[in-house]
Amino acid sequence: MQALFERHGLYEGVRRCAPIGLSVFAYGLVFGALAAQSGLSLSETGLMCALVFSGTTQFVALGLWAAPLPVAALLIATFLLSLRLVLMGATLRRALAGITLGRALLAAVFVTDENWALTMSEAAKSDAAPPRSDRLASFFMGASFVLYGAWLAAGIVGHLIGGAVGDPKRLGLDFAFPAMFLALSIGIGRRHPNVLVWLASAATAILAERYLGGAWHIVVGAGAGIAVAALCHKTPRHAN
Amino acid sequence: MRTELILLFVAMGAINYGVRAAGMLVGELLPKEGRLAAALAQLPAAILIALVAPLLLHGSWAEWIAAAIVAALASRSEGLLLPLAVGVIAVALLRLI
Repeated sequence: MQALFERHGLYEGVRRCAPIGLSVFAYGLVFGALAAQSGLSLSETGLMCALVFSGTTQFVALGLWAAPLPVAALLIATFLLSLRLVLMGATLRRALAGITLGRALLAAVFVTDENWALTMSEAAKSDAAPPRSDRLASFFMGASFVLYGAWLAAGIVGHLIGGAVGDPKRLGLDFAFPAMFLALSIGIGRRHPNVLVWLASAATAILAERYLGGAWHIVVGAGAGIAVAALCHKTPRHAN
Repeated sequence: MRTELILLFVAMGAINYGVRAAGMLVGELLPKEGRLAAALAQLPAAILIALVAPLLLHGSWAEWIAAAIVAALASRSEGLLLPLAVGVIAVALLRLI
């Protein structure tokens, strides 16, 4: 287990994820409050956070909540919203290429947008001397514990305070997620710049979000981006 | 705790875990160089851009100005906290105008 719980890696992951943990906590409070208003009990809210561990999925699920429960719609929405995690898991697995499959499958429990993006930016940090994969895996686990703890605690606390959280928009908290994704994409993009890829991703994601709905814009935008990247690729010529 | 909700949350969790694990399994099989590898190197940025572009499009000018501030700060330093904090404060203030 050393490979997943190396001390310095864990500590770095916790430290770098702490500010993100705060914004996740703020959103978790809102989720807990909404769950209370939707009629979920405290223990049901906690169980949902612990088992599903996905902000997007859980907010959408509350949006679909009705009596009787639309179980099929809830499960289909869960699947569509989680599709992006395939792409994330695959890129993460490449960054963590040195760890065993068993450990990768354990780490898979926690894969979500924030710890994935943070770990990928950590992996891309030093192209000359990439961090060892066990160090990086521990970094990922450290970030994961922060997110999981923050999400679970915030869901429960949010349920307890009920509607008292009020409107997150008034505090600008709803902007924390786009701001973070933007900052991270610029951080990663600076190291592998390809403006055509970004334009293709942005344009197709906007169209897909408008006409397909669900989580398709992420799949379509990412697909278009890497298609352009593949087209731009030049087979390296051998020295002449 | 209602049994049907326990079952629902277990099913949602299982779907999420299955997809996460599938990604980890697929990652093993992917090539390390060539056209496909070049495409995959761009995948993280492509996913992030795809996440953020529609979010920003739906925003108002307050979000667009704040996003420009975040982008400017993020292109100058590695840290996340500064762009994040300044972005959130900027959006809260701009919405007051």
